[in-house]
Amino acid sequence: MEFAFFIAGFIALAATLRVITCANPVHALLYLIVSLLAVAIDFYALGAPFAATLEVVVYAGAVMVLFVFVVMMLNLNAETVARERHWLRPALWTGPAIMAGVLLFAMLGALIDGHSIGVVDGQVLSANSVGKQLFGPYVLVVELSAFLLLAALVVAAHLGREDDDVEDKDTARRERGVSKAGEQR
Amino acid sequence: MIFGLSEHDIISIGLTAIRTLVILLGSVLVAAMMIWVERRLLGLWQDRYGPNRVGPFGLLQVVADMIKIFFKEDWIPPFADKAVFVVAPAIIMLTSMLAFAVIPFTPTWTVVNLNVGILFLLAMSSLGVYSVIFAGWASDNKYALLGAMRTAAQMISYEVFMGLSLLGVVLLAGSFNLGVIVESQRGMWNVIPQFPAFVIFFLAGCAEIHRAPFDLPEAEQELTSGYHTEYSGMKFGMFFVGEYLGIVLISCLVTTLFFGGWLGPWLPGFVWFALKAGFFMCFFILLRAATVRPRYDQLMAFGWKVLLPIAIINVAITGAIVVAQS
Amino acid sequence: MKNAAQNAISATSGVLRTLGMTFMHSFRKRDTIMYPEEQPYLPPRYRGRIVLTRDPDGAERCVACNLCSVACPVDCISVVKTEDETGRWYPESFRINFSRCIYCGFCEEACPTYAIQLTPDFEMGEFDRQQMVYEKSDLLISGVGKRPGYNFYRVAGMAVGGKDKGAAENEAEPIDIKTLLP
Repeated sequence: MEFAFFIAGFIALAATLRVITCANPVHALLYLIVSLLAVAIDFYALGAPFAATLEVVVYAGAVMVLFVFVVMMLNLNAETVARERHWLRPALWTGPAIMAGVLLFAMLGALIDGHSIGVVDGQVLSANSVGKQLFGPYVLVVELSAFLLLAALVVAAHLGREDDDVEDKDTARRERGVSKAGEQR
Repeated sequence: MIFGLSEHDIISIGLTAIRTLVILLGSVLVAAMMIWVERRLLGLWQDRYGPNRVGPFGLLQVVADMIKIFFKEDWIPPFADKAVFVVAPAIIMLTSMLAFAVIPFTPTWTVVNLNVGILFLLAMSSLGVYSVIFAGWASDNKYALLGAMRTAAQMISYEVFMGLSLLGVVLLAGSFNLGVIVESQRGMWNVIPQFPAFVIFFLAGCAEIHRAPFDLPEAEQELTSGYHTEYSGMKFGMFFVGEYLGIVLISCLVTTLFFGGWLGPWLPGFVWFALKAGFFMCFFILLRAATVRPRYDQLMAFGWKVLLPIAIINVAITGAIVVAQS
Repeated sequence: MKNAAQNAISATSGVLRTLGMTFMHSFRKRDTIMYPEEQPYLPPRYRGRIVLTRDPDGAERCVACNLCSVACPVDCISVVKTEDETGRWYPESFRINFSRCIYCGFCEEACPTYAIQLTPDFEMGEFDRQQMVYEKSDLLISGVGKRPGYNFYRVAGMAVGGKDKGAAENEAEPIDIKTLLP
């Protein structure tokens, strides 16, 4: 399992790097999907099969599809790729990279110190226990996120609402147009 | 002792490898034979014969087609995104074949006995979307792109109902493990208490593998076969076999989840499984022979306005009953 | 609500009914036949392979008038006219390119002598396109085809080998315009 963990972790890192450096957005998304799948395998290797499958179902399977769906519509061409390349100039990313590097060192230091974080002990976390956690200690968070999702649903339903009387309006307008034409004559 | 493995380990690894090979090869072979079965059955229901020349009853037609498709020119359009274009057909084969890994054909014949089996299936089916989407995008063809758009929306929507309809079954069995679900149906097949879920799952499965009547992504009449318009040779063959693999997969799933899998009197388990799954494969073909393709907005409206409420009500009622009983 | 329920019921029963009806087709007789073993019945006036027929005396009916060639919409007939010593016209060559022919039957309708006729034979596949060009020897049959007993020169008013003007069937003697006698 450790073997699988490290291979998947390495692939996740490499794929994520390619996500950032890839000039073609769709190729970048492909790498992002691979990265998510690798993370899912890491979850599985750590003994959380439920989280692993949810990662694939929700992130790789649904959210990323919508990403691809949107990017697909962007009418990509050589010009966009060139612009992306242009954005990859070192001048643009050295600042964030240095700060991220400092953060990385801070995190590595914390990891090596090993006091503040729990150690994975290889226990398998079943769907059952996840459910008990979610609807036990974390029930408030679950309910809050449910509120948020409901709000999003209501907004989406409102935006996607069809006007029931659009057809009537159309016919009315057409009839008005006809009568106007008659008057002019 | 080789590489720290005892003889017992090696034998069990070898057995698993053989079992995996048999199941995967078997599923692909069955999917290939489905092409012949479909053509013969469509012929029967349309008052004609179907392929009957190559071999006995035309059984070798598939072999002939395979030979032909292997030797066809494998053309990649110059305007296509080459890498994605090549990867796309592999994805559908990969995900459908991986999904077979968790299906228990008999109590002993299954590749992995995963305790999140159903979720794994959902994950594989949701990854299968990429095949179609990337194929449509990489082709750089407006029909293909339209097909890919339709697929993305259709498959994401119907995945929701597919997952929700399965929740009832999971509640009754108390597990995501497919083997446990089959065993839980010893008293009564799930199709009786979970009939709405069965109908929703079947329809959603049909839409998930974009099979007639929900084959809008490849609608020949409007989209000149949609996302695989630009594909030829073995790449097209992979899409083609992938679709039939999907039919076999959904039939196996319906059998496992709602019709008691290998359970049945007198006959051995695998025969029961094959009989039930075969029945649903034929039913898929009947569905194609009989029904017409809905319009795109009708498909979406049907999903969100009919299937989703029914699925949610079903989950709520099943949950209430399970809680009341325990 | 009531309307929606009615719609749902009628839609569901409609789908189930169409499934049932389609399934019942398994017990119907098939509309197609196993072709090479079992030959379809083709009516005598079926428009298939073109032949050139002979009159009951065994002479060629074709008078090389080129009307078929003119009528042909795809220009697949080519005729070269010649005469024998008695003044009777006949085709020196008669060529039909069947790889162009659309079997419309216009040539048959245009033919004044019933020489060119379409027959109920359609099995003309060839591997070599040049084989589809039929010469006169390929087209000419030794029979009368669909018009038994018809002989153009016997009813036509033309003076031809041995038959004078006025000697045809149902034909009056030619009027001698040089005489005043009734």
